Amino acid sequence: MHIVEAEIREPLILGHKSYNDITEDVCRPIESRANSLWYMLFGLASILALWGLGNILYTVGVGIGVWGLNKTVGWAWDITNFVWWVGIGHAGTLISAVLLLFRQRWRMAINRSAEAMTIFAVMMAALFPGIHMGRIWQAYWVLPLPNQFGSLWPNFNSPLLWDVFAISTYFSVSLGFWYVGLIPDFATVRDRATTKLYKVIFGTLSFGWSGSAKHWNRFEEISLVLAGLATPLVFSVHSIVSMDFATSVIPGWHTTIFPPYFVAGAIFSGFAMVLTLMIIMRKVFHFEDYLTMKHIEYMNIVVMLTGSMVGVAYLTELFISWYSGVEYEGYAFMNRATGPYSWAYWSMMTCNVISPQLFWFKKFRRNLVLTFILSIVVNIGMWFERFVIIVTSLHRDFLTSSWTMFHPTYVDIGVYFGTIGIFFVLFLLYARSFPVLALNELKTILRATGEHGVKGSKAHHDHKEGH
Amino acid sequence: MATNKTYWKGIEELEKNPNFVNNSKNEFSELLPVDEFLNKEEVKTEGTNRRDFLKFLGFSVTAATLAACEAPVTRSIPFLNKPDNLTPGIPNYFASTYYDGFDYASILVKTREGRPIFIDGNKNSTYTKGSANARINSSVLGLYDSKRAKGPAKKVKGSWAKNISWSEVINPITKDLKSVASRQGNIVILSNTIISPSSKEVVNNFIASYSALGAKVKHVTYDAISASGILDANNEVFGVRALPKYSFEKAKVIVSFGADFLGTWLDSVAYTKDYASTRKPENGWMSKHYQFESLLSLTGSNADVRGALKPSDLNNAVAYVYSKVSGDSVSASVPANVKAKLDKAIQDLSANKGSSLVVSGSNDKNIQVLVAAINNALNNYGSTLDLNQPVYTRQGNDAEFVALTKEMNGGKVDAILIIDSNPVYTSPASLKFTEGLAKVDLKVYFGDRLDETGILCDYLTPNHHYLESWNDFNPAKGIYSLQQPTIPKLFNTQQWQEVVSELAGQTINYAEFVEANFKATVLNSSSKADWNAALQVGNISNAISSSSVVANFGSALSTAKSKFKFQSGKFELELYTKVGLGNGNQALNPWLHELPDPISKMTYDNYVTMAASDAMEVLGVEDTSDNRRDYLYIGQDYPAKVVKLTVGDVSYELPLVAQPGQAKGTIGVALGYGRKGTELFTRKEWLGDLFDTENNNNNTIGKNVFSVANVSNTISNIVNSNVSVELVSGKSYPMATTQTHHTMMGRKLVNETTLSQYISQRGTAKEHGGYNEQLMILDSYGVPNKPNELDLWAEHPIELVHRWGLSIDLNSCIGCGACVTACHLENNVPAVGKDEVRRSREMHWMRIDRYYSSVKAEKDYHDLNGRQDYLDAEVSADEPTVAFQPVMCQHCNHAPCETVCPVAATTHSDEGLNQMTYNRCVGTRYCANNCPYKVRRFNWFQYDSLNIPAFPDFAKVNAAQDDLGRMVLNPDVVVRSRGVMEKCSMCVQRIQAGKLDAKKKGEKVQDGAIQTACSSACPTNAISFGDLNDPQHAINKEKEQERAYFLLEEVGAQPNVYYQTKVRHI
Repeated sequence: MHIVEAEIREPLILGHKSYNDITEDVCRPIESRANSLWYMLFGLASILALWGLGNILYTVGVGIGVWGLNKTVGWAWDITNFVWWVGIGHAGTLISAVLLLFRQRWRMAINRSAEAMTIFAVMMAALFPGIHMGRIWQAYWVLPLPNQFGSLWPNFNSPLLWDVFAISTYFSVSLGFWYVGLIPDFATVRDRATTKLYKVIFGTLSFGWSGSAKHWNRFEEISLVLAGLATPLVFSVHSIVSMDFATSVIPGWHTTIFPPYFVAGAIFSGFAMVLTLMIIMRKVFHFEDYLTMKHIEYMNIVVMLTGSMVGVAYLTELFISWYSGVEYEGYAFMNRATGPYSWAYWSMMTCNVISPQLFWFKKFRRNLVLTFILSIVVNIGMWFERFVIIVTSLHRDFLTSSWTMFHPTYVDIGVYFGTIGIFFVLFLLYARSFPVLALNELKTILRATGEHGVKGSKAHHDHKEGH
Repeated sequence: MATNKTYWKGIEELEKNPNFVNNSKNEFSELLPVDEFLNKEEVKTEGTNRRDFLKFLGFSVTAATLAACEAPVTRSIPFLNKPDNLTPGIPNYFASTYYDGFDYASILVKTREGRPIFIDGNKNSTYTKGSANARINSSVLGLYDSKRAKGPAKKVKGSWAKNISWSEVINPITKDLKSVASRQGNIVILSNTIISPSSKEVVNNFIASYSALGAKVKHVTYDAISASGILDANNEVFGVRALPKYSFEKAKVIVSFGADFLGTWLDSVAYTKDYASTRKPENGWMSKHYQFESLLSLTGSNADVRGALKPSDLNNAVAYVYSKVSGDSVSASVPANVKAKLDKAIQDLSANKGSSLVVSGSNDKNIQVLVAAINNALNNYGSTLDLNQPVYTRQGNDAEFVALTKEMNGGKVDAILIIDSNPVYTSPASLKFTEGLAKVDLKVYFGDRLDETGILCDYLTPNHHYLESWNDFNPAKGIYSLQQPTIPKLFNTQQWQEVVSELAGQTINYAEFVEANFKATVLNSSSKADWNAALQVGNISNAISSSSVVANFGSALSTAKSKFKFQSGKFELELYTKVGLGNGNQALNPWLHELPDPISKMTYDNYVTMAASDAMEVLGVEDTSDNRRDYLYIGQDYPAKVVKLTVGDVSYELPLVAQPGQAKGTIGVALGYGRKGTELFTRKEWLGDLFDTENNNNNTIGKNVFSVANVSNTISNIVNSNVSVELVSGKSYPMATTQTHHTMMGRKLVNETTLSQYISQRGTAKEHGGYNEQLMILDSYGVPNKPNELDLWAEHPIELVHRWGLSIDLNSCIGCGACVTACHLENNVPAVGKDEVRRSREMHWMRIDRYYSSVKAEKDYHDLNGRQDYLDAEVSADEPTVAFQPVMCQHCNHAPCETVCPVAATTHSDEGLNQMTYNRCVGTRYCANNCPYKVRRFNWFQYDSLNIPAFPDFAKVNAAQDDLGRMVLNPDVVVRSRGVMEKCSMCVQRIQAGKLDAKKKGEKVQDGAIQTACSSACPTNAISFGDLNDPQHAINKEKEQERAYFLLEEVGAQPNVYYQTKVRHI
């Protein structure tokens, strides 16, 4: 891969880095002590995580009744959080698999952490279908295991069962893909390790990687295969999650537009979360040279695009609900926009559709503070989107006698923020012990698209013979 | 037979060989080679090897672990001698009678393993005809109330001595009574209405025996909810102090002035069935029902034409109708908006002389005289109401009671025996009964616990629960029913009749007493077989001698004409009785508290009801429909506003509930609340800002408003002066309601039509434009299909043996809720307490939806265009039409719940039932979300055992958490664990029992042989159950009726529950 980028392209690695510089920069967080900012963040996340764990244990111990659900609204924050986390998980796979297939080199600075985010987000997501069950201790019944209850199988018609398969497949493929990418980098860390412990740990993790041409060959091949496998999963997982709703009879859920709309929403929220994490990481680990403004700008464009797609989906839903002439459907959307939960609907609209439109302007796309704020706003909006779909559809469905409201309890809130805490605990631990940038991949583009490569090659031309 | 044969083990024993004799002393006659074994070389050297060690270790760890586990304590008492007719698993039924001075019904008690668990109406009764209501079927829980008095008690120096023997109370009481008699003192027996001939004889014997000793003894009858007005009027006009026998089934036109004859008025249990029989459009006619009333009652909500009038105007309306019907001139002005309805009613009444009926709920003698005069002028006596067969279920005499309280306060009463009555709780404060009671020397209370009255008496002689008692009843002339124990007494109680007899010096066995009395006076036979037969049927109807009561209006009418008017006030207060609690006798029964009021759908409270416009005025907010929607909404986190209701010098802080249909200027508050003992149920979360942190005795469920009742010629529930209401700003009160939204939003949920349309569209109702137009859905080729013809899924086989279904006649359903409580007790549905109901988590498997028409008066959703229309459609009309709709699991043939369950816990049976397998359920709640009818209920907690400080309610309201209370559980139905979904099973346990029965008889399941709890409890037969595959079953005729439709047919769930269009006679 010795392609020299056009000069008009901005370099993807700044600061005239050498290969060694990259290794040094990426390995520094693993090999040195963490700074105080890291400890602060970790402390905060741990407190949230412990609070969340306490609330989860309370729920499992006493019953789902400690949440605010009722006879009409059987899902609320639990499944909202589930879909939200699954959605966030999407960006990682999209970045590493789809962008790999499309040979987008800018992904190389972000894919490692985006995949880590995917894995942690899917873990958080998988928690909710578990704890939302009335009898979590029987959760294994949703798996098609041989059993002694006669030939008792799960119900293959149920979208919840499809979820089980979709999520578990997605999780295992993502984990495998992420791990394969990590092997050469673990080997780098192993080679640099000065303590016995590190040598053993990273030696084991790197599976005896020697860096031979054969290894690299296999590495490239397996990466491509896994990328090929993961690509359909990007679309299938959230399509299947959306079928939890789309295959039901509840007005506001029973919609054929859901699968593409959910996928777009998932990529939207995933990129926003990647932005949130990357901007923090850039700051904490001083990765300004690797996570350049160009990276931020690219991601902002994706956010703007998917945000607009989601906006089109919202408007389509509204139009169809009117155009279909179905009274229940019509009312469901009227109620979303003007009913007692209209504040949630308009929060969603503002955060998801209006706010990303700022990124039409280059000035805003390259504004770090604004990007950071908007990346959080987008995820707030996406949380509301799921809340709107789930709660406002359920709380006023067919029989008006059963209409009611949903009010969360402190346990609902505690569990949700707890998962955010757990997520950040995992992510911060990862940031201290894993090579957070894909070392080996960055090195492949250093010559071509690094500042050294783009600008530097021009200088080379002046002084020496060209390549 | 003795024998001298001996046997020997061998020849040695026979010969008594000394060697043998010696050896026979040893256990082992030969030497065992123990030493040889132990001294083996291998054993000595081997020791315990590793394998053995692990074996020992494994064994001892397992043994220790097993020993450490607590073995479940199983308490079961096997029969040494099996009682007759008692087979575990087989229910026994006993005919009995419920009468508490408020409700009378002949009942059938189902017992299992000797425990009464279910109460149904007894169809053999010619008076109540198999009807029972929610209060009656829930009364079985009262038997297992562990807070009932467990034995006699007496007050010693101000504190109660319990755990004493009966002689320790009876002897001192007898001594005191004798001393009263010896000084010619006054002894009073105060009871509620006694309709038992045997009990009356006991009372008379007591009176005779103490009169003979010199005492002045009298028996005062006092009803908590008095009918003195009507009794006094009949006494003056007809010379009969009794209620007439009403025959609603003969009435073509019914005009009711505030009489809630389907809910709580007099013998409503008897009237509902009769009334419903006139409401079948299939007969080609329907009675026309006018209701003029101040509050929206259950009866009013079922009326064809309804006019809302303040109580003072209501009296004028009676006089107005009287003047028009009789031609007698009485000056009575009625408000213009109701005049047209009254004129129409008068026209219909006059056109149906002899087959119309006018009733009034007023307890004012003058009004009742006018009503009698109206019925007389319409020639209704002898047909729709009859005093030749007087009804005795109300005999209370307010005038005598008022006189008694005066005597008591004057210190003229020396001893009082209070039987089945709680006057400290129910009497108006102005009568000063409590103060008077303190001046009585000897006070004996025959209640079931130390309640309001009991605690102020000297002796408590606890009575049996009615399910433990013997008695006979004579509710109306010629009609008798019997009460028999269905279980031996649980506590050390004694029937009051035996105690009273013993006080009079006669020791009787009341069972024998009733038997002898009944044989002599009713059966006219001395045969045990006749008695047993009567006991088995429970009812006897004797021919009545034809006597002719003659009306003599005379002076009574002229008094009535001059005195019928009430002074009108800005606000007039009407105290009413709710369908759930009635007069408050059963205020400690959580099932009845959790039964939503049929009209307001509120549970667990009484409250101030007002017309919406009045409520807005009290709140001080401009009266617009938007403001009504915002300010009057009461829901989960939208508590009610608190108002201060002042009546004279008494004031109450109560929550405010706007009640559509209520007359402007009227305030309604329910009686029966605020009972002592209910404070044990409540807590801060239940009472909000009205919680009294200092004195928990004030934290009862609701407030007692009996004390403000008006005393005029009778004790009246109308207070028309000195009533005011003001907002208590800054206070709010959480309310638990099962329905927070009250209109249909233009949806065709309850299908309605008019009688004329019903008749004119015969044969075309299902066609386009008909009142029950068949919904058609276009397929992708544009061909119209019925919703069940377009299907994604494969059909369930429906032509197998059975396919069970229900048909619910919305025209017969009066919304009374008897089915809801019947389902509750049949299926062990947990009561969950007010705080959970407030969060919309009531567990009722079936509910009755109540819809009001809205201010938008939309016909269907096409009338709703845009946001404001929808918002207006949410607001109930001021004078709404009301519709009731019982909703339980619809047992869909293509159930949305079945496809979504990940573990196949809910499946379709081959008999058309949607089954719920609790064991398999993991609790994802997806099924409940996807149920268009929202009939699935989730066990949010372990209701039968969760008792932690954060959730203390279940232990108080759930009978299953009480060792005695859990005896009420139906052993055929499991108690569900936390985390599983539950719902209506169409009483599958009854279906199985019925099928088994039919199989044993070798026949098909006969129509009516299986009844679900709801269908058997329905007093109007609105719910019918049957096999949709058996043409012999009546349900197949019903489903083919033109009125039949499916709820939400367009969803395509294909229910097995049919609804019959409601037909209004307008």
